[in-house]
This record gives sequence, structure tokens and C-alpha cells, in this order.
Amino acid sequence: MPSGEAQIGNDRQSEREAATEAAMEEPTAEQVKERGLYRSFGLTDEEYERIVSLLGRQPGYVETGIFSVMWSEHCSYKSSRKVLRRFPTAGPLVLQGPGENAGIVDIGDGLAVAFKIESHNHPTAIEPYQGAATGVGGIIRDVFTMGARPVALLNSLRFGSLDQARNRYLFAQSIAGIGGYGNCIGIPTVGGEVVFDERYDHNPLVNAMCVGLIEHGQIATGTASGVGNPVLVVGAKTGRDGIHGATFASAEDPHAKERSAVQVGDPFMEKLLLEACLELIATGKVVGIQDMGAAGLTSSSAEMASRAGSGLTLDVSRVPCREAAMTPYEIMLSESQERMLVVMTKGEEHVAQEVFQKWGLEASVIGTVTDDGLLRIREGNRVAAEIPVTALVDEAPVLDRPATRPRYLDELLAEPKLTEPEDYGQDLLRLLARPTIASKEWVYRQYDSMVRTETFVRPGSDAAVIGVPGTGKALALTTDGNGRHVYLDPYAGGARAVAEAARNLVCSGARPLAVTDCLNYGNPEKPEVFYQFEQSAAGMSAACEALRTPVISGNVSFYNESHGVDIYPTPVVGMVGLIEDLALITTSEWKGARHDVYVLGALSDSAGSRSRLGGSEYLAMRDPANALRHAPAPLDLDAEAALQRLCAEAIRKRLIVSAHDVSDGGLLTAFAECAAAGDLGADLNLAGDGHALMSLCFGEGASQIVAEVEPSNAAALEDLAAQMAVSAVHCGMTNSDGALRVSAAGRAIVNIGVAALRESWQGAIASWMQ
Amino acid sequence: MKCAVVQFPGSNCDMDAVKAINHAIGESADIVWHTVASLEAYDLIILPGGFAYGDYLRAGAIARFSAVMEAVAREADRGKWVMGICNGFQVLTEGGLLPGALRRNESLQFRSEIATLEVVNAETAFTRHYRAGETIRIPIAHGEGNYYADEQTLLRMRERGQIIFRYAREHNPNGSVDDIAGVINERGNVLGMMPHPERAVHERLGSADGARLFTSIFESWREAYAKR
Repeated sequence: MPSGEAQIGNDRQSEREAATEAAMEEPTAEQVKERGLYRSFGLTDEEYERIVSLLGRQPGYVETGIFSVMWSEHCSYKSSRKVLRRFPTAGPLVLQGPGENAGIVDIGDGLAVAFKIESHNHPTAIEPYQGAATGVGGIIRDVFTMGARPVALLNSLRFGSLDQARNRYLFAQSIAGIGGYGNCIGIPTVGGEVVFDERYDHNPLVNAMCVGLIEHGQIATGTASGVGNPVLVVGAKTGRDGIHGATFASAEDPHAKERSAVQVGDPFMEKLLLEACLELIATGKVVGIQDMGAAGLTSSSAEMASRAGSGLTLDVSRVPCREAAMTPYEIMLSESQERMLVVMTKGEEHVAQEVFQKWGLEASVIGTVTDDGLLRIREGNRVAAEIPVTALVDEAPVLDRPATRPRYLDELLAEPKLTEPEDYGQDLLRLLARPTIASKEWVYRQYDSMVRTETFVRPGSDAAVIGVPGTGKALALTTDGNGRHVYLDPYAGGARAVAEAARNLVCSGARPLAVTDCLNYGNPEKPEVFYQFEQSAAGMSAACEALRTPVISGNVSFYNESHGVDIYPTPVVGMVGLIEDLALITTSEWKGARHDVYVLGALSDSAGSRSRLGGSEYLAMRDPANALRHAPAPLDLDAEAALQRLCAEAIRKRLIVSAHDVSDGGLLTAFAECAAAGDLGADLNLAGDGHALMSLCFGEGASQIVAEVEPSNAAALEDLAAQMAVSAVHCGMTNSDGALRVSAAGRAIVNIGVAALRESWQGAIASWMQ
Repeated sequence: MKCAVVQFPGSNCDMDAVKAINHAIGESADIVWHTVASLEAYDLIILPGGFAYGDYLRAGAIARFSAVMEAVAREADRGKWVMGICNGFQVLTEGGLLPGALRRNESLQFRSEIATLEVVNAETAFTRHYRAGETIRIPIAHGEGNYYADEQTLLRMRERGQIIFRYAREHNPNGSVDDIAGVINERGNVLGMMPHPERAVHERLGSADGARLFTSIFESWREAYAKR
């Protein structure tokens, strides 16, 4: 025997002896009960009793640990499951809906797009660089586990106000972590959103989305089928990091959580793992493959067995460990990153070992698939745990959380009492410099958005666009959400997030395909929070139906609360659309002087009088004390769908040269963004005065698009709009004299140089971060 | 022209280089794994961007010891063309094939944007299709692109025309000395640059200005081939 192997053998032996010793010190089943140890794992007394009755005996220490993570909110979705079932998930193009590592949608040419979004809020609150980085690492694994080649990353971020040093630290480090991981692994970060509000002061949100491309025949799933098939752990070694991360993710007050429960990412390792896994899946010898994310080996093995209706016997002493004397408990609950669980066809283990060896990685057989329906964990000859898979997965508690309509919703007022600004222009400049509205260039210039050389629209437009190699088609990608609006009107706010995402894709020349959602809320045990959750999910469902974009994957993050204050209910919508022809790619910046500028969609709602300032960033700026006291304008999904049809058709007919969704900051902000990004001015006219004018300029009513049209196409656009019964108001023309001038009913209200607009808009975040 | 794109564990612009060669000059290119001992068969060797060996320790510091780097040095000695882009540039300076070193960006942040460059020397095999003094736009994406060489080395490099690209004045993204973005060896056959020409080969990518690096080298090869 070569000396190297003998050495490894000795190490294994001594580790095993040490582990056995540790196991002997492990609390007994009796002690778990007597000392109430299960409570420190996050299990309630009722849940413990349920486990006892499911097993017909008291669970041992390792078993209790396994149940505690599998039944945690994070893994079991016990609070949300009933609500999530109501999302529309089917559609003619859906190849894989929710329930797998990522959802998959057909895009023709034998190709499909796989995508998913996931939160990493709690780890980020404790250790922002690694928390954000491993959020990215985890979502990438979810996509390549399906056999898809990851081609783009997006994110959706929330931080507290930048005037606090702690928030600036969380913001800067999260951005560095996101960039650090994506840049190294070579997947472009092409889009996202960042919102700042004191409501996120102690609870930053980091939601990461990954998009992959896959050939139909290459789709892999996380199923452990075929009795006798070998089970392998591949990738990084297992260490003591992140133990009980899944449980802590479901606990309140991140600051009480342990730093040791945060995982550390290694994007280089993941790059190797990604290449090795795709190479392995391409051999056709893989039966099932699953990312080891939250709750590591425990949840990956239980979920794989559950999907196949099989059992697994695993020997933890065969798991390559990074540290000596790790106990079965630690190995089962470790959340060490960059690992996968793979089931191979029997006799083909060597294929995995050869591929992984080429990439300098380990692939170790740790067990086999059985047909007894048990998750059996051995440590050498000792059985450390033996649990029916159904008890862990199917029998996990499903809760009917009570929901109560919060009182504040019934106390909202319709029209904010704001005096008309003396100078609309100055208010516009101040609004553009609000970190939520300002250009996010400071953020995205830290992300490699161009690697893979398919990024046709880089960050900063309404949606990112990436090419689909070899097809002449492209994908448009976006993430959207507005917590304040959801707080003020949960149902409409949820619908609005979906509508805005779809509108962004349509403005980019795409047909929206499907949704992945990341549902971030406070403590679901509070009936008011649960109401927000239920209602916003219902609103999202309604919009998904209306816009024909099924939900194909997603994630829920509860307990985003600190010191008793819950975050705004913040559902984030990640959406992917298909652009059938590269020539249809449309961006938001103005393209040329003396072009007509239209606003598509009603300039005021049908009643004509309802203020759109409720929930707006403008109101938050002008009257922060009352920002949460006014209801936002309602959303008309039929009008929204009609608007999107018009925009899509106008782009298809090449009638418009730029399109920009009107959202945060309202119409004047949208004009300013088109001007600043395109380095062109405009002379525009609006109607009205007083509150109605303020609402028109700064209100956030959704269902509006700024469209730029060459004069020769103006009549055709107006005809099309009339035909499709959507309002198209001609507001004026772009100019080349470098100034944005807006008048209302003959009165000049804005006259600002484009350079000054750009300075306010582009420099704001950098000036906070210096 | 036979082109090799070296793939280290952690390279991530390898395929982009292959695509750019295909697109710009219609040639194919082989991806060559880092364990390969000979590159004799190739006319142009590209060390692509990425994070070879995770860039642990220091960008390029581990990659320079890989087997393929001996082959790269050997072929460079024989006068073959070698081009290091971004991480490849870092590997070349670490390996001593190019003068100077690349430090962390002055901002201590990663920078990704389309940079404006000045072509300083258009009389090399790599830049003959540019005009001296011409302004071009090429993407950058790096955290350690802050080029440094001591005064004496710089003086010598200036005298011998070894500074090939500079960032536009007032637009230096990383704090590099003398605004240097790309340099060449004395012999003129080994080029290193932080910007990514392979990311700028058609207008949909935001610029097509990088294509001429590939067409330049292709014409240089054709000339040399004809002489042979």
C-alpha cells in the first residue's frame, strides 16, 4: 500500500476513535427529554411529542437534531406551505414547477431556462460579506444541480438608512460579498435593485437569483431512486461551520445568533464543483443530485429520499471532514458550503471519482439507496439515527397561523396634506439623490456584469438582457419589489410587484415567461404579519394569473424582525422573459433629439381624483412622519395587462426606440432617468396644478411607461394605442440643448441641465460611502 | 493560425476568448488544460481572465507554478505570441514574462465598467490595426489591476515603447502608475493588459474596439507565415 493511503487510513481510524468517544458523551434520548435539550434546538414541546408518537419512542440526540432542522421554518415551510399552494404554478411552457432545486421553463430550440431566487437575510445581518457571498453560492448550486449552466445573477437588496454607520457597513460588505463570489466564479451579475429604509435597519435583506440555460435532455433532479445505488458526497470537505444555520434563520433577533452559525464561502471551490457537476451530469450516469444547502446532509438526503419514496443508509464516518473528531450530529447538521449529494447508477461510482479527480475534488461513497423508507445514519457499525423519511418530510408540521387585518390599514387616509412645492425642479433633484432612487452605479460597478460575453443590456436599464447563444434570442431579467407599498396595501402591493417586474421585461422587448419569488416578512406568529403575508401572496397570485406568469420556484424568509419591529412585508419578484429577436431589445435611455415623448397608460386613475402620492418616495421625503399614513393608489390589473400588450406590440412593430417603466419616484424621476442615461434633454408639457400636478409628477401609481418615438412613427403609435384602448399622451419632444424643461398648464415647473440631473442621480450613493 | 487558450482551475474568461477569436478572425481555438507540458503546436497562446487557483495568496501567484507555464515561457522564448488578459496579465507578471506587478485597486474595490483607453504604441504585432493616440473603449473587470513598476523600469519601458495602452487621463480606474493599462515585453511578442478585448468584439457588447487586437495578430501571423 502506498504510504499516502496508509497515512489517510490511520487518520481515519484515529478520527473514528475520537468520534466514538464523543458519541459516548452524547446525551441519551432520556437526557434529551429530561433536560429539555430539544427546546434549545428550536423544537416546541408539542413538536417533541409529535416526534415521539411518529417514532413510537423517544428520539436520540442526533435524531432530535435532524428533526429540529427538518421541521424548522426554513426547511419545512410550516407557516407558509398552505399559502404557497395557492400560487398558480402551471403553464404550457413550465417544464419544472416548484418543489425541485429550481424551476424550469421552455424557451424553444430544445432549450430551457432554469431559475430561482433565495434569501440570505439572517446570515447577512450577522456577517455581511460571507452572508451575502454564500447566498450567491447557494443559489448558483440550486441552478447547476438541475444540470443547467448558470449564465446570470441578479439580486434584490434592502438596507437601513445610510446615515447610520452600521448600515453603511452592512451595505458595503454585502455588495463586496456578492461581487466577490459572482466575479470569481465567472457568472455575470447583471441586475437587481437596492432600497434603503430605516425599517430594514437591523434586518438587511439579501435575495439572490440565479438563471441558467439547459438543454431539455439534460435536466437532472434531486431524487434518490434505485435500491443499491451508491450515494456520494462530492466537493468540499465537511467542517463545523454553519451548524444549525437553518434553525437560527428562523429565530428572531439576528444579533442574538451565533457568528459560528454563518457559513464561509469559497467561490473557487464552487467554480470547480460547478464544472465537475455539469461534466458528471453530461455522462448520463447520475440518478439524482442535490445541493447541500440549509441543513446540509440532513435535508439533502431526506429530500432526495422523499422525492423518490425510497430510503437511504449513510455512514458519516465515510464523509470527508475538514476537522478532527466531528460527531455524527455535527456532520449531519454542518452547513459547510460547496458540497453536493449525488446518487450514481450502481457500478458507475468510478465515473464520478474520475471526473472529480480531474477538478481536484473529492467524491466519496457514503452510503446506498434502500427501499425501507428510512433515513438511517450510521457511524461505522453504530446506528446514530433511524427515522422514517415521511416523518421528516411529509409529517412535518403544517400550521394554520391566525391572520388578523392590522388596525393601521383601516386608519389610512386617502390624500396626503402636502403643499405644492415652490420649485418642482429642486424637489426633483432632491428626490434623485435619495439613495433608493439614485443610480446604483456605485453598486453594480463592483460586479462583473460582462463575463461570458452575452450581456447585451448591462445593469441600469429596466431589465438586464443576455443572449442565448446559437439562437438569435435573448432573455430579459429583473427583480422587483416595494415593501412600503405592500405594507400600506398588502394585496395590491403584492400584485404590483408582479406587474412591475413584467412591465420592466416588456419595456425591454420581452414576453414575460415565469416568476420566482422571495417572500420576506416579519414574525409569522404575529397575526398581523401573517395577514400581510397571506394577502400579498394572494395579490401576487392574481397578478400572475392576469399576466400569465406562473410561479416556478421561490423561497420564504420569516422572522425578519428586530427589537419587536417587523420589516415591511417585502415580497420580491424575480422574472424572466424571452426576446424572440435581438433586434427587439429595447433600453430605457433616450436615444435621439427631436423624438416624440409619450406616456403610455392613464395619467390619472379612472376616478381622476385619487392621489398617487400614498406610499411614494416623494411623500417619504417631504413628510416622513406621515409616510405610512396614506393609502397608495389602487392597481387595475386589466389596465396593466392592456398597457403591457400595447408596449409589447409597439416594440414588435418597431414604433418605439426607448421605453422606461414609471416606478419609484414617479413620472418626473422617470423623465430624468431617461435624460441622464441618454444624455439628452426634453421639452415636455403636463396638465393640471395643485395636488393633482404633484400626484402626476411624483406619484407612484404603476401602469405607466415613458416611450420615445421617432416623429415618423408617432401617428402609428397613436393609432395602435387607440385600437388597443390604452391612453397614449404626447408630452413633448427630446432636445439636444442639454436641459430637461417641464411645464404644466403653461407654467414652467422644471428647467434643469441634464448634467445637473446626472450629478444628483449618479453621485448620491458614492457621496454617502466616501 | 493555431490558437491555444490556457485553462487554469478558476479561469472564467476562457470560453470568451475562444468565442472572440472565432468571431473576430474566424479561427478556432483549443482550450488547453493547465497540466499540459507542451504548447509547441500553437502560434498564439492566450492566458485568459478569471481567478486562477482562486487568486489565493495573490492574483496569479500560484498559477505561475503550474506545468503549463513552463511551456508558455518556452514558446515565448521561441518568439511565439503570448497574450495575457486580466488574470492572464497577472500570471505573466508573477511569472516574470512581463515587467512590473499588479496591486489591489486604489479604491480597494472591484471595478467593472467599459474603460476608455489610449493606444500608446500601434506598432506592435498586437496593435497594428490601431492608430497611435487613438481612443478606444474596452471593458475592465478586476480588483487587482493597479500596475506598478519602479521609475527605472518605467523609463526603460517608455524608451522601448513597451507601454501599449493607457487609461484615458482622469479616468484611471485602479490607480496604476502612469495610467498604464497594458504593456509588452522588450521583444514585442508577449502582451499583458487588464482590459478585456475579448469582451468588445461586436457592438451588442457595448463596443467592438477589442476585435482589432485579434485582427492585428492574425495579420502579423499571416505575414510571418508567408515569409516562412
